[in-house]
Amino acid sequence: MSVLEIKNLHVNVETDQGTREILRGVDLTIREGEIHAIMGPNGSGKSTLAYTIAGHPKYTVVEGEILLDGENVLEMSVDERARAGMFLAMQYPVEIPGVTVTNFLRTAKTAIDGEAPSIRTWLKDVRGAMTNLRMDSGFAERNVNEGFSGGEKKRNEILQLELLKPKFAVLDETDSGLDVDALKVVSEGVNRAHSNTGLGILLITHYTRILRYIKPDFVHVFVAGKIAEQGGPELADRLEEEGYDRYHVAESATQ
Amino acid sequence: MQSTALPTPEQHGIRAHSDGPIVPVQTRSERFRSTDVADFAPITGREHEWKYSPVAAFADLTSGELDGSRVEVEATDAAGVSLSWIPRDDARVGRAGIPEERASANAWSAFGEAALVEVAGEEAKTVTVTRSGLGTTPRAAHTVIEAAPFSQALVVLRGIGDARLTENVEVVVGEGANLTVVSLQEWTDESVHLASHFARIGRDAKLKHIVVSLGGKVVRVNPSTHLAEQGADVEALGLYFSDAGQHLEQQVFVHHDAPHTRSRVTYKGALQGEGARSVWIGDVLIGNTATGTDSYEQNRNLVLTDGTRADSVPNLEIETGDIEGAGHASATGRFDDEQLFYLQARGIPEDEARRLVVRGFLAEVVQQIGDAELEERLIRALEAELQGS
Repeated sequence: MSVLEIKNLHVNVETDQGTREILRGVDLTIREGEIHAIMGPNGSGKSTLAYTIAGHPKYTVVEGEILLDGENVLEMSVDERARAGMFLAMQYPVEIPGVTVTNFLRTAKTAIDGEAPSIRTWLKDVRGAMTNLRMDSGFAERNVNEGFSGGEKKRNEILQLELLKPKFAVLDETDSGLDVDALKVVSEGVNRAHSNTGLGILLITHYTRILRYIKPDFVHVFVAGKIAEQGGPELADRLEEEGYDRYHVAESATQ
Repeated sequence: MQSTALPTPEQHGIRAHSDGPIVPVQTRSERFRSTDVADFAPITGREHEWKYSPVAAFADLTSGELDGSRVEVEATDAAGVSLSWIPRDDARVGRAGIPEERASANAWSAFGEAALVEVAGEEAKTVTVTRSGLGTTPRAAHTVIEAAPFSQALVVLRGIGDARLTENVEVVVGEGANLTVVSLQEWTDESVHLASHFARIGRDAKLKHIVVSLGGKVVRVNPSTHLAEQGADVEALGLYFSDAGQHLEQQVFVHHDAPHTRSRVTYKGALQGEGARSVWIGDVLIGNTATGTDSYEQNRNLVLTDGTRADSVPNLEIETGDIEGAGHASATGRFDDEQLFYLQARGIPEDEARRLVVRGFLAEVVQQIGDAELEERLIRALEAELQGS
C-alpha cells in the first residue's frame, strides 16, 4: 500500500517585502484509500501546502521532507512527481491557448503511462468520463481552460483526475466558486475516482459544504502554517457551527 | 505606441512617443504615393517606415537596378483559377493601390509583366502559386490576384529557394467575393524579400489575408487593405518565427473608407536566438465616411530566449465618432511559467511542455487558415523551428 508522508515541513516564499515563512512544521501521513480534509481560514497556508507537494518553484522548502513510499519527493521535478503518481487539482487552472483538451489529455496520459494509450479504449474512456461529469462532447475540441466557466474549469480538473489515475490527489479548494449542482457533479467525480482506483485524497477547503458529498476519514484544522487540531468527520461538524474563531484566539495567545 | 494624427487636440492619452518629441500630425491616408522610384528620396534609415529595418542589408533592392523579367511561377490546378502574364500597362494593374515607399516604387518602376491570378466560381477551392529559383540577382515582381464578384477561393503565394526580391502584390476582391490569400515565406537563410500587398475590398466582400514568415534573412511584408465599399470585411492574420540573426517585419495598414466595414488584425510571433528580430506596425484609419465601423488589431510576441528584440507599434486614427468599436492591443512577453507548471503537474516533461505552449500560441493563427493540409504543414514547419532551440 502506498503512503505519502509529510514531516516537519517548513516552507518560505519570497515576496516584495522579503522572505515570508508560510508553513511552520507540518506533519501529515496519508495512506492509499484515505480521504483527509484540510480545513482552515484564508491565509493559513493551505494552498501553499498543496503547491509545495506539487513542486511549484515559488515555494522554498527550508526544513522537513515529503516522502512517497519512502522516496524523496522534494528531489523530484514537477513532472517527475506527477509521473510518480501525484496529482494536484488546481484552484485556478490556467488557460493554455491553442492546445485542445483532447491533445492535452492524450499528451499527459502518454507522459504518465510512458506509452501512448490504445486509441480505441482511450477515446471510450475520455467520452465516458466526460459524460459522467456532464460535459458535452464539444468540450474536447476547445482549448484548455480557455473561456471556461468556473464550473467547467473544475470539472476539467476532475476529468484529468479520473483519466490520469494518480495514487494521491491534492484537491485545492475544488469546491470554491461552484453552485450546488456543479458541486455535486464534481464531488461524484472525486468519489468515483476514489472507489475505482482507491487513491488517497487530500481535500483542501475553506468551507464544510463539500464534506456533505465527500466523506473524509480524517479532518485537520490548519492555522498559521501548521495543523492546530485533528480528528474524525465530527470535527468538521464542529467547525461548521463554531467557525475558526477559537483557533485565532489560541494562536494569538501563544505569540 | 504612437498616433500619427490628432483627431481632436484634447483627445485623451495622446502624448509624444518616447523615440521623438513630436507626434507627427499627418494622417496615414495623406502619405506620399508614387509608382516612380525617382519620386522618392534615397533612404537614410531614419524614415518612419524604415527606422526599424536593416536598410543597409538591401540597398540593392531599394535603389539599385532590378531584373524585372518574369520569375519562375508554378500554380497547382484548380477549376475556376487561372494564371497568366499581362503587360505592365494593362488596365488591370494599379487598381488596388500604389507604392508608399521606395522599395515598393523601385519594384513598380522595374517590373516587365505582371502575373495575373484570376479567381472565378462560387465553389471553394485552393490554389498554390509557388515562386522558386529566383536566385541571388536583385529582382522586381508584380502580381495581381483578382477575385470575381461572388467567387470563393484560397490562394497560397509561396516563396522557396534563394531570393533577393522586392515586389508588389495587388489583391482585388469583387463584390460579395470571399477570398483568402496566404503569403508564405519559406526562403533560404540568406534571402531578402520586401513586399507590399495592396488589397481593395468591394461591397460585402471578405478577404482573409495571412502572412506567414518563417525563412529568409530579412523578410518585410507590408499589407495595406482598403475597405472601399459598404460591408467590406478583412481578417488580417500573421504568423512569424524569428530565429537568430533573422529580421521579420510587417507593417499592416487597414483603411476603413465606407460604412459598416469590419477589420480584425491578429499577428503573432515567436523569437528565439541571438539577434532574432521582429517588427510589427499596425495602422488602422477609420475615415469620416466609415460609420458603423468595427475594428480591432492586436500583436502578440512570445520571447523564448535572451538576445531577441520585438518592436510592436499599434496606431489607431479615427475621423468619425459614429463607430461600433475600435481597439488595439500589443503584448510581448516571456514564457508563462504558470502554463509550464500546469502542464508539468500533469506529467509532461519541461521541454515538451514548452513546445506545446509555443505551438499552441502560434496555432491560434494557423487554426484560422481554413485549409487542413496547409495547416498541418505549417504546424510541422513550426515544430521544426522549435526543434532548432
